[in-house]
Amino acid sequence: MKTFRAFVKKEFLHIMRDRRTLLVLFGMPVAQIILFGYAINTEVQEAQVAVLDQSHDVRSQSLTNSFFASSYFVNAGPLQRAEDIEHVFKEGKTKLVIGIGPDFTKDLEEGHARIALIADASDPNVANILVSYASQMITKWVARDPTKRMPELVSVEHRLHYNPEMKSAFLFVPGVLTIVLMLVSAMLTSISIAREKEYGSMEVMLVSPLRPILIIVGKAVPYLILSLVNATFVFIVARALFHVPMNGSYLLLVLEGLLFIMTALSLGLLFSAMAKTQQTALMLSLFVLMMPTILLSGFIFPTSSMPWPLQVISNVMPAKHFIIILRGIMLKGVGLNVLWPQTLILTGMMLALLAISVKKFKVRLQ
Amino acid sequence: MRIVLHLLRKEFLQVFRNKGMLPIIFVAPVMQLLILVHAADFEVRNVHLIVSDMDGSSTSRGLIARFNASDRFHVDRIIGGFPEGMAAIDAGDADALLRIPAGFEADLRRKAHGDLMLDLNGVDGQFASLVLVYARAIIASEQVHIAQHMISGSRAPAPPVEVIPRFWYNLQMNYKNLMVPGLLVVLVTLVAMFLSSMNIVREKEIGTIEQLNVTPIKKWQFILGKLLPFWFIALFLLAFGLLIGKLAFDIPIEGNVLVLFAFAAIYLWVVLGVGLFISTISDTQQQGMFVSWFFLVIFVLLSGLFTSIDNMPHWAQKITWFNPVSYFVEVVRMVLLKGSGPAQIAKQFGIITLFAVVVNGLAVLNYRKRA
Repeated sequence: MKTFRAFVKKEFLHIMRDRRTLLVLFGMPVAQIILFGYAINTEVQEAQVAVLDQSHDVRSQSLTNSFFASSYFVNAGPLQRAEDIEHVFKEGKTKLVIGIGPDFTKDLEEGHARIALIADASDPNVANILVSYASQMITKWVARDPTKRMPELVSVEHRLHYNPEMKSAFLFVPGVLTIVLMLVSAMLTSISIAREKEYGSMEVMLVSPLRPILIIVGKAVPYLILSLVNATFVFIVARALFHVPMNGSYLLLVLEGLLFIMTALSLGLLFSAMAKTQQTALMLSLFVLMMPTILLSGFIFPTSSMPWPLQVISNVMPAKHFIIILRGIMLKGVGLNVLWPQTLILTGMMLALLAISVKKFKVRLQ
Repeated sequence: MRIVLHLLRKEFLQVFRNKGMLPIIFVAPVMQLLILVHAADFEVRNVHLIVSDMDGSSTSRGLIARFNASDRFHVDRIIGGFPEGMAAIDAGDADALLRIPAGFEADLRRKAHGDLMLDLNGVDGQFASLVLVYARAIIASEQVHIAQHMISGSRAPAPPVEVIPRFWYNLQMNYKNLMVPGLLVVLVTLVAMFLSSMNIVREKEIGTIEQLNVTPIKKWQFILGKLLPFWFIALFLLAFGLLIGKLAFDIPIEGNVLVLFAFAAIYLWVVLGVGLFISTISDTQQQGMFVSWFFLVIFVLLSGLFTSIDNMPHWAQKITWFNPVSYFVEVVRMVLLKGSGPAQIAKQFGIITLFAVVVNGLAVLNYRKRA
């Protein structure tokens, strides 16, 4: 037991000595949360919109003014000719052109005016939202004229639940927490073991009286503690800066967190058994672990929109289930009665990975 | 020059000798591109909508049928009302709940007005607002149908203003056209930056840097010899990725590919320079990779790849001026999707050239021929 304690202490010293890595480990999640909370905005605002007004009269000017009265659109300047549309789109700033024909007022009196909304659809979602905003503004503008008012047959009231102000921080904090845990538990563990192999110090440890299983546990314990500290830190920052809600049970949160850390640690051990150099361990964790975790876990992109083979793959990602659990506990405040399938899946994955990685861990190097 | 060639040969030998790294450098990014393009997609499909139809009239059934006919919505009808619907949203089985109140059809007949209620899971704000856009569009088209069939012509005039939307550059509204070029930029950047940031520090860690330092190789020769192989690898990766994008996803190539490669050639020097700089300030490969990971995450998040830069607050937009990745993402989309030529991307060209000079200057100054 004393040798084991000494071994854990050695690992801690390794971690604490490398200040730069620690700075990144604690600084990066905070930078990410600040970016997601303040900078990354999925709501369309202040889009550059140009007007091609061939009518040049009171009515068309009034319509133009109504567009720029809102914070959604910013006037990118008037266009003179239809040929200019292609030019401004190619320069890239203008996202939408509103085309008003030469006989707009006359057509309006006769009840068949037409307005063209020409969108730069290289980003289809932005184009869709801009066209939808502009159409609603046109409807409102028309409704101001009582003689032209068209009765709205069906009105739709809507309400956004859980996140009424559509704050992206609420959505991303569980994802950032998951990535942090993955980074520390899986990536750092696998690199640290690969480094011992590269330096040759692994052999020294293997011939020491410490049993191999204790070497594995001794490697894992410091990273488990580091993960917990790091995740708690990120959690507190997110709560303090963005008032991310915590509607569920703290005990359940900690227990589920431990379960996920164990899963990630087992993954890290498995990778370290496969990699001989730090570089290989890094590239493996990066391309096999981090990128798929970020992209397939539902962290940024909703899994429900993916084609079915990817949905199947995404179910193999431990991160996907953990993010569902985190969002469930933090945002929706649900308990195990709802989250038991994900918990069960994670437990199964953890046990399987642990069994494989312990079996694969070679006592001999060659 | 001969010294540089020898150094190049050494570096290439080292890269190609490492059988574990080769598939990771070439195969992994391509696999990522093939797979992730399907995942990195903000397009809204397969929305699980539950409908609580308290009206049960032919009008409400017509509305549900229209939702069903759309390929974006999966409609499930439930017997209960709001509590049952919200329970399904709580459990994650549904994204939205549409409530048609009792007397919906009767209200339409008597008052020419009916109310619908839509409850959305707002955890993902953009997803929810797109669901709202699509749901409103479906309801609006059904409204025209209702007006024609139910209400006499005099009370339902045609709309006085007709809005005609036109979507340029991406008629099918294919999200892949946007994401393939962007992801390609990120993958090329990732490979170039990691390889260069871990390179010199690796020599430091193994101790071979001292042997290189005592040779008569000059500083610039050494750095050129270190960076050129990765420059070739990254450019090759870009060409390979474009080919795959064309063959597998049929992405449009409207502009001149040569313009794109000219830009990439300069851009890669910026990335390699940043990697080199990180390499000179790091002591271990682990440090080098974590620091570059830190910068890459911030570069990519602020690149406009996933969320448009125009939506960011002004201070964040100013930060993106110093982000090389944002310029390349912008240029790749302009050239490939819109066919922008050298005249339209001259500004980006100038800025990225300035970056390349400054970054590499700093890295060379910071690299000392000492252990």
